[in-house]
Amino acid sequence: MSWDEFVKDFLLESSEILTRLDQDFVELEKNPEDRERLSSIYRGVHTIKGNSGLFAFANLEAVAHAGENLLTDLEGGRVVVTEQVTTSLLAMVDAVREMMGNIESTGRDGDGDYSDLVTTLEGLRAPVKKRPAIPVVDQPPPAPTMPQPAEESEPPPPPPPEEPRVQAPPPVEAGVVEGADATPAEPTSYDRPASSIRVSVDLLDKLVTLVGELVLSRNQVLQYTGTVQDRVFLSACQQLDHITTELQETVMKTRMQPIRNLFSKFPRVVRDLAVTCEKKVRLQLEGEDTELDKNLLEAINAPLTHIIRNCVDHGIEKPEVRSRCGKPEAGRVRLSAFHESGRVNIEISDDGGGIDAERIRQKALEAGVATAQQLQRMSEPEILNLVFVSGLSTAKTVSHISGRGVGMDVVRANIERIGGTVDFHSRAGEGTTLKIRIPLTLAIIPALIVTSGADSYAIPQVSLVEAVRLTGENLTKGITCIHDTPVLRLRGRLLPLVNLAEELGVAGREGEKSRLSDSESVEIVVVQADDHQFGLVVDEICDTLEIVVKPISKLLRGGKTCFAGATIMDDGQPALILDVLGVALRARVLSDALEKPLFEARAEPEQQRRNLETLLVFEAPNRGRMAMKVSSVGRLETFDSASVESAGTQQVVQYGEQILPLVRVFSDLLHQPEADVHDPDEPLSVVVYHRNGSSVGLIVGKILDIVEEEISVRGGTTRDGIAGTVVVQGRVTELVDIDELLDRSGCFVPSTMA
Amino acid sequence: MARSRLMCTFMVGDLYCGMEVERVQEVISHRRLTRVPLAPPEILGLINLRGEIVTAIDLRRRLHIVDGEPSEEPMNVVARGEDGAFSFVVDKIEDVVELDGDNFEATPETLDDKIRPLVQGVCKLEDRLLLLLDVERLLVLD
Repeated sequence: MSWDEFVKDFLLESSEILTRLDQDFVELEKNPEDRERLSSIYRGVHTIKGNSGLFAFANLEAVAHAGENLLTDLEGGRVVVTEQVTTSLLAMVDAVREMMGNIESTGRDGDGDYSDLVTTLEGLRAPVKKRPAIPVVDQPPPAPTMPQPAEESEPPPPPPPEEPRVQAPPPVEAGVVEGADATPAEPTSYDRPASSIRVSVDLLDKLVTLVGELVLSRNQVLQYTGTVQDRVFLSACQQLDHITTELQETVMKTRMQPIRNLFSKFPRVVRDLAVTCEKKVRLQLEGEDTELDKNLLEAINAPLTHIIRNCVDHGIEKPEVRSRCGKPEAGRVRLSAFHESGRVNIEISDDGGGIDAERIRQKALEAGVATAQQLQRMSEPEILNLVFVSGLSTAKTVSHISGRGVGMDVVRANIERIGGTVDFHSRAGEGTTLKIRIPLTLAIIPALIVTSGADSYAIPQVSLVEAVRLTGENLTKGITCIHDTPVLRLRGRLLPLVNLAEELGVAGREGEKSRLSDSESVEIVVVQADDHQFGLVVDEICDTLEIVVKPISKLLRGGKTCFAGATIMDDGQPALILDVLGVALRARVLSDALEKPLFEARAEPEQQRRNLETLLVFEAPNRGRMAMKVSSVGRLETFDSASVESAGTQQVVQYGEQILPLVRVFSDLLHQPEADVHDPDEPLSVVVYHRNGSSVGLIVGKILDIVEEEISVRGGTTRDGIAGTVVVQGRVTELVDIDELLDRSGCFVPSTMA
Repeated sequence: MARSRLMCTFMVGDLYCGMEVERVQEVISHRRLTRVPLAPPEILGLINLRGEIVTAIDLRRRLHIVDGEPSEEPMNVVARGEDGAFSFVVDKIEDVVELDGDNFEATPETLDDKIRPLVQGVCKLEDRLLLLLDVERLLVLD
């Protein structure tokens, strides 16, 4: 090893130690009695001090030495862990980090003046200067020829179980990916995989690029196999196919890193910020083992840091405010990561003050981001998502940390750049949740190729649910139009249909929508966007392919179009990759459905008096779901079928003191007797409906649920008695106007019941 | 602006335009385009340049040129923006010319407002004027 290599190794190790120290100090402050952690911190600082002495970085050694001295007193119990102590020690860590940076760039530790820091550290020491033997150091001082490894990753006693950091490979800054444990310099080390090496990231990047190209070439070759009969060639192709797939998977794995590498820096960030803002904040980390591509990890670093800072600075209230609101003094910020259907989900939530949609509305008006009219039309989630618009800050005060209205737009842009989405939910007084979804990896994804309006598009597999081809009778039965909006009936569910060519504005002919059910066959790709499914009508469904994702200009991304990127097809032509969520938002299939999570989270119903409607949802055989407003529903009753009597042509039941006329909604009102199937042995479910001071019993088939939702009626009236279509529990539902139906039918005259 | 500058020059309609050679990555012949639905009208589509996706911008449209027929064999002037590579589709490629910095003048105030911001300066040549285009501004579409 040359001198330079020794220094490089020293820097690498030290950076690992520093990363761990940040987290350790924050933990130590929370739990000052954690002797294990204290020893680990001590050993880390000791190693850095020893090594810097070895390399004759005098400035560095002095600072580390001062830190070590203070730690000795802490270990000996002569000084207790206070906020001031932690802050000074963290400042020591920062100083060391700064000098490490100097060493890396100039080879020297620089001329920085750290005497104040050293004085502070010395000042915090116990008055008795006599230094007793260090009790827990079991590590020899650094060997003269070899830099010490990161010792604290192997504390001699078994690590306490609640310390996930112990075996965490910390992030590496020096452009090197780390194998599990690279320099097994500890002769006594056990349990360590000896077969890992450090590899430069550049090399890995190159490998990934090459594999990407190989996948493309493989696809081109496979395309060709259809026209060739040569068996030897075909089997060689098959072999090539297998090997390429495996190679691709393996190479991708080399780039995967646990998100812990990123998360581990946040305890320090939160702690420092909380001290600055005079707040108490507890950071809860979950799912730190979740792995994702190294590039993605780097890409989400800045946005995540920004969000966390926002949470602490603006989200969490001051302790006195919190206790006044009946919340625990210490705020909670939760950071969790998990895999879900091929994507990585990261949720950041706080239990702070939250943001009121009303305030955003006002701010948006003031900032001129949207007009009053536009705002009127927007749903609550849409308004909340205005926080991502540039120039809008809802912070009441501007601090040096955040609140200037720049940032959230950049957060979103950064996340969208890597093919991710970010969602914002907030409730005034209860807190804020941000959900980030990003792909596992950027480079290669499986996708379904479809054509629409003569062009090919790729739909990422993660958004796919199924492909449906409807012909003949299935087609006429499967696609129904509610007003002008076609919906797909799929295994008893109704899915909104979106014609891709029309949505993209590339439809050749006019009025394709109305002709949907007239065509001979229709190809539908059922896709999923943000928990909601819809059908995408395309011209042709081609093939599933592994595609190499290539970035496209920001002129073409984001809200302007519905594309997430592009790829190069076998014929060398670029094809666009559809952003399914973008299509959904464009076609407005999501706007209502998005509100669902908000309603589940709501705890203060009186805040939401806007359009809330209680709906009785019932199932109409062959017609999907229907609903009626329950404002006039008295109650639900069950009658024995035998108790139904006839009065003239009118079916009635005795109901308390009165006679309740029965109306079958399907046969009597909607003229669809075939939908009105009722097993005579079953008891009869009847909705007792009050109207003009009298009652009528409605027979509606199977009652599914009673829900309270904010409804917005869409689509005009297609038939008499149907007020329109609403989305209830995320599903398309026809809203029945019972009053109008009863008026029309004339089969029930209220005066007789007076 | 006394130093001399190398310009890659081309025709867009009847405008004689140029870009600084350092900004131009290469000039390639016409390629098949993949159109991008919903994109701004100036964007003709995407081309594959050795595995990289390049956004093609119709310079005629960008410079609001309505007169005359577009060339049957348009050329791509590929330049690198902050955000990847772009190709400016022009009617005809002219020479790379070395221009004396002294010959540059500010853009005449009377030039159409729509294109004046896109022109960095005008260079007086013996027989015609060369418009020096501002690549950054060209890439900002509304």
